[in-house]
Amino acid sequence: MMRRWKAAFVLAALLAAQGAAAQNLRIGLREDPDILDPTLSRTYVGRIVYMALCDKLFDINERLDVVPQLATGYVWEDPKTLRITLRDGVQFHDGERMNAEAVVYSLNRHLTMQGSFRRSEISEIEAIEIVDPLTVRIRLKNPSAAFLATLTDRAGMIVSPRAAEAAGRNFGANPVCAGPFRFVERIAQERIVTERFEQYWDRARIHFQRVTYTPIPDNNVRLANLQSNAIEFGERMEPDDVRTAQRSRNLRVVPVEELGYQGITINIANGSGANPAFRDARVRRAFDLAIDRAAINQVVYEGMYTPTRQPLPPANPYHVRDFAPPARDVARARALLREAGVTSPVAIEMTVPNNPDLRQVGEVIQAMVREAGFELRLRATEYASALQSSVRGEYQTFLTGWSGRTDPDGNTYQFMRTGAGQNEGRYSNPEADRLLDAARTELDVERRRALYADIMRIAVAEDVSRIYLWHRKNIMIHSTRLIGYLPVPDGLVRLQDMRLQ
Amino acid sequence: MLVWLARRLAQVVPTLILLSVMIFGLQQLMPGDPALILAGEERGDPQVLAQIRAELWLDRPLHVQYLHWVGNVVTGDFGFSWRIREPVARLILQKLPVTFQLASMAFLIAVLIGVPMGILSATHRDRPADWLANGIALFGISMPNFWLGIMMILLFSVQLGWLPPSGYVPLTEDFWQSVSTTIMPAFVLGSGIAGVLMRHTRAAMLTALSQDYVRTARAKGLTERVVVWKHALRNALIPVVTLGTIEFGRLLAGAVLTEQIFTIPGFGKLIVDAVFNRDYPVVQGVVLATALIFVGLSLVADLLYMAINPRLRQA
Repeated sequence: MMRRWKAAFVLAALLAAQGAAAQNLRIGLREDPDILDPTLSRTYVGRIVYMALCDKLFDINERLDVVPQLATGYVWEDPKTLRITLRDGVQFHDGERMNAEAVVYSLNRHLTMQGSFRRSEISEIEAIEIVDPLTVRIRLKNPSAAFLATLTDRAGMIVSPRAAEAAGRNFGANPVCAGPFRFVERIAQERIVTERFEQYWDRARIHFQRVTYTPIPDNNVRLANLQSNAIEFGERMEPDDVRTAQRSRNLRVVPVEELGYQGITINIANGSGANPAFRDARVRRAFDLAIDRAAINQVVYEGMYTPTRQPLPPANPYHVRDFAPPARDVARARALLREAGVTSPVAIEMTVPNNPDLRQVGEVIQAMVREAGFELRLRATEYASALQSSVRGEYQTFLTGWSGRTDPDGNTYQFMRTGAGQNEGRYSNPEADRLLDAARTELDVERRRALYADIMRIAVAEDVSRIYLWHRKNIMIHSTRLIGYLPVPDGLVRLQDMRLQ
Repeated sequence: MLVWLARRLAQVVPTLILLSVMIFGLQQLMPGDPALILAGEERGDPQVLAQIRAELWLDRPLHVQYLHWVGNVVTGDFGFSWRIREPVARLILQKLPVTFQLASMAFLIAVLIGVPMGILSATHRDRPADWLANGIALFGISMPNFWLGIMMILLFSVQLGWLPPSGYVPLTEDFWQSVSTTIMPAFVLGSGIAGVLMRHTRAAMLTALSQDYVRTARAKGLTERVVVWKHALRNALIPVVTLGTIEFGRLLAGAVLTEQIFTIPGFGKLIVDAVFNRDYPVVQGVVLATALIFVGLSLVADLLYMAINPRLRQA
């Protein structure tokens, strides 16, 4: 009798497990990802799909701490030498073993493959050595505080060497990694289907049989899909959607702080397009003082976003406290213009991406700065063209943003250092350069924090090299049936522990 | 007949050459550096940019790029999408059935609504049926697709839950699912064309009904039904067929807005995404394929005239 009960119990448990395993998750994406090869891909949205396909050496948690994933730990042997130990028993989707050899192969692939977008991220690597089958040692050219963080993203994804060798440049058509789901099919602009990988090293935390990613670019339609239960998860929804979703009993809204920022790039000395008046930091400060960030946030974004004055969002551990946005001060702005000896109204042009919300922001700023003595003309431009103008210096100011990186270096160095690739305003200050270089290599957290505070004081408060306006939120909306979603500031959807009720 | 066909086909060749130059040339006029867009957030690294330009031949003279592309196209190689590295030919073949299905359904809806309404309104000129038909046609023509699309999604998917709000299922996979995903976009597209077809059918029918041969037919004592359907309609259909093929061609070129709203992965969506991402091989391939479709359709229209009107066969 006891045995029969036991058998029935086991059977029931099996059936329940099967029922649970047969769950499918459908995620609505804001865009269609580009190629799904960790070495060659470059879109943010692609990173959301990699959460299913490709595990990384390290991941970040909700506090942005680096936590082991395919690695089990790391040690800095000296400021330029990093030893990483690997998880035992990890398999790729093709059954190959993940080991030190695969790590060396993947990092070398990032470094040497033609068209690699990872090369610049890990160019500090001088050599990679196999210590034993589950340990690698990475030697860097210079000490780098940001290096570990790059291994929490695509640069840290380990691919199956056998599959990568066989597929060559077509690896992205059928990526083989060590993530919780294996690639099934992709129909461009339609869907990407992934299926549970039974040999996944952390399979106890995976509860879906299939995860399907569907690009639905129109925000209203993505919301309609959520409302009609055609998808369970919608990523990067609009602030306007929040109220509608909150009215629905079947939907839950989860706003997640982002890693990046939105702001105004100022052309200080990039080519002939620069406005001579803006060479003077006092004029830039006057422009800054004329803007009421909180009002923009209320008017355009329903108060959802976080007004700011710096590139490091509150979610970032290096966010500089006591560096709140200045209060709008029109009188002071006018005084600064007089001090600088410019005749108002100062005619200024701002390139604005041709999106409804950013155009509206442009109009609000236009009205605000007029009172301080600026005649702002808006130039709404399609994004690709705007980008080209900004690189060529054919702009005066540009309302643009940055998706953000985990490490503070990723939000500062490229944009502030003299001659750096994305310093499109050609801002230059030797003192700021010195601080940026120092912050890059400083491994002590407290000292590094102080360096970033100094950088903000010089490059932002004194020089107004850029005007930072707000940090967005990644607004996630999902079905209330879905539980276990862990919001992390990078906005990626980690599938571990998620399930449908 | 065969000579006529051969002559028509010979005309196609210079058209296509001219077209290929135009496609290539116009694209060069688009502002925005493709290397910058392709580099995404890695654009700060000059090495990355140089590499992209070298790999995609962007650093070579324009005529070299053009000849390279045309040379490949002639051998059937449309190149690779820069963005997702899939062969352009495969993308076209993947999207063509989708767009074809959507276009056919939309066209069927348009013909089923537009032509009978046009006949009805011509035969009931200046009576309530005419006014009603004209009102419906005006609604169909003037309703913006994106508005109608969103309203239909809100009604049929969100409120009633009858139809999926977006997406696409191929006919070969599941017939009913496929029809249920395409019926709303097909209706949105078809409603506009139905209005146009109705107006044209009405005008053509009114002209035909006032002709001498129709008066003769009536004088001979034929029933009104025979007069309308056999004598007037056949002649009235010629301009309608011309218009119909042009509209069908336009549908095949991709219903940009409608496909975007309903997330139908067809030609329209393919080309819009390609333009915004400066994915030149896809833009070139799709525009060329569309041009070929148009050329083919105008040939079909000519053949249809002959089927409808025997007098043209002697010409």
